[in-house]
Amino acid sequence: MKRLNLWAAALLLMLCTSIAHAELTIEITQGSDQAIPIAIVPMEGGDALPEKVSRIIANDLERSGRFDPLPRESLISQPSSSDDVYYQDWQQLGSDYLVVGKVEQQNDQYRIQYELLNVNGEDRMLGEIVTSSPGQLREGAHYISNQIFEAITGIRGAFSTSIAYVRANGVGDNIKYTLNVADADGHNNQVILSSDEPILSPAWSPDGQKLAYVSFETGRSAIYVQNIATGQRVRLTSFEGINGAPAWSPDGRKLAMSLSKDGQPEIYVMDVASRDIKRLTHSEAIDTEPEWAPNGRSLIFTSDRSGNPQIYRYNLSSDQSQRITFTGSYNSRGRFSPDGDTIFMVTRDDQGFHIARQNLETDRMTILTDSNWDESPSVAPNGTMVIFATQEGTRGVLGLVSADGSASFRLPSPDGDVRSPAWSPFLD
Amino acid sequence: MQFKPYAQGLAVAVSLAVLAGCSSTGGTQDGSMDGTSGMGAGTGSGTASGQGMESGQGVSGSEMGDRNAIPEQRTIYFAFDRDTIRPEFEPILEAHAQYLKSHPNTQVVLEGHADERGTREYNLGLGERRAQAVEQYLNVEGVSSSQVEIVSYGEERPAVRGHNEKSYAQNRRVVFDY
Repeated sequence: MKRLNLWAAALLLMLCTSIAHAELTIEITQGSDQAIPIAIVPMEGGDALPEKVSRIIANDLERSGRFDPLPRESLISQPSSSDDVYYQDWQQLGSDYLVVGKVEQQNDQYRIQYELLNVNGEDRMLGEIVTSSPGQLREGAHYISNQIFEAITGIRGAFSTSIAYVRANGVGDNIKYTLNVADADGHNNQVILSSDEPILSPAWSPDGQKLAYVSFETGRSAIYVQNIATGQRVRLTSFEGINGAPAWSPDGRKLAMSLSKDGQPEIYVMDVASRDIKRLTHSEAIDTEPEWAPNGRSLIFTSDRSGNPQIYRYNLSSDQSQRITFTGSYNSRGRFSPDGDTIFMVTRDDQGFHIARQNLETDRMTILTDSNWDESPSVAPNGTMVIFATQEGTRGVLGLVSADGSASFRLPSPDGDVRSPAWSPFLD
Repeated sequence: MQFKPYAQGLAVAVSLAVLAGCSSTGGTQDGSMDGTSGMGAGTGSGTASGQGMESGQGVSGSEMGDRNAIPEQRTIYFAFDRDTIRPEFEPILEAHAQYLKSHPNTQVVLEGHADERGTREYNLGLGERRAQAVEQYLNVEGVSSSQVEIVSYGEERPAVRGHNEKSYAQNRRVVFDY
């Protein structure tokens, strides 16, 4: 009985640690000067709630880089419905938009009524009632953020998405690695895998239910696929050599990957159901980091066949590869925008490694970050933001940059080194 | 990785002892660090200090202890963006080759590593290339491939953390893991 209690205590400690495990906070490093001023009035009745809905909405909109929520202290009045709004107050404050609302408890549910108002047009754009259980309040707030974002920008909001990432704690031979999934705002962190051996390259299945990743838990790299909700997982590859860089096809049926079993890393495509693999590349070089185009007709990948890493595009009908990056001596880890017109990548210049964007039609490259240790870009499913890994001192942290480079944020982690972020598809 | 000690030919034992004397641990690493700091400027690899290598320390009492021992120096280092074996490390590789040839049932994992610069998956490839260069050297020396396995950790298991050439140089390595 004593041993059972010890086990139970250890398990509880592990669970507590994983739940309490450092949430990622958000810091602005650079605000866009084109951010839209918006006033989000605290919801009437909102103080009684376990989660502050207006604050979540304000943080969401701010983190998108496109909105500049007015500070709470500057709010002249606190109307809770459009009937109580005196538009001139808000015009004077310079706010373009106004969000007001109220929350009521009904039995064991919360009833959130909100309205989005156009300050200059002096009219109501959106009004809705959202019902939520106490445990779903954050979800409800993110839903409202999505509605507001889309009503104003015309772009679908990505506030109900998640981020997968790897955390490493410790030094030398005593590093503990965890694979984590958190809400896009850093909350509700969940550890989905713990290991004494490295974990890297998490990749979301298109249906948002599974993560493929690389784990060294068997003593060398292998590719796994794990169902996030159930924890059930399967090891898909354990070939000799490197098993790396899994990338899901848009229909979720195939995984592209980099395998070095035939001598050096090459791009292969595996049919997930049958486990059949087909080899795509045949160079003596390192070919890795594949990524499918949104239309599924081509893949981009990194190859150093020209001497240094550059990005190539493999056409699945012609089975031909073509180099697509020509600026600078190191370009790798390409990721498509959702519309397939742009790729985001890691590029190196004299200062270091940055996140860059290249228009596929014009081949014009724009560097988006001025930090020097940037890697692992992953694009939001609405194409507006890129999350990436970077360094603060020798500490690994995540960064966010808007696709046009105008706004950037840091997500400092109070605990360990954070790296290899992957933005989920739309989950709502 | 088990090894079965058994009687050695005298010539093999002597060469092992001499090589053991050549492989002083700390000295070699420091020497190679100085050598690599010139890498960016293209000064080449010949400047590594001969501290442990040619100092003529010969055989010290403690190193003579076990002639069947796995060579002490188990890490070799590489220049930036390179997977070529540097001359100052050849004696170490020869020692391991001798050891492996005389212990044909012994297996070793060559762990390949890269410095932190660049992307993680690409760095898995760089680490592997370095380990492959070591394996090739061992093969040329007569070691059977069946005794050697390669695992690349890329930048995932740094020996040292830091955004400077000194740290990078200590991370670009292949480790013999018996």
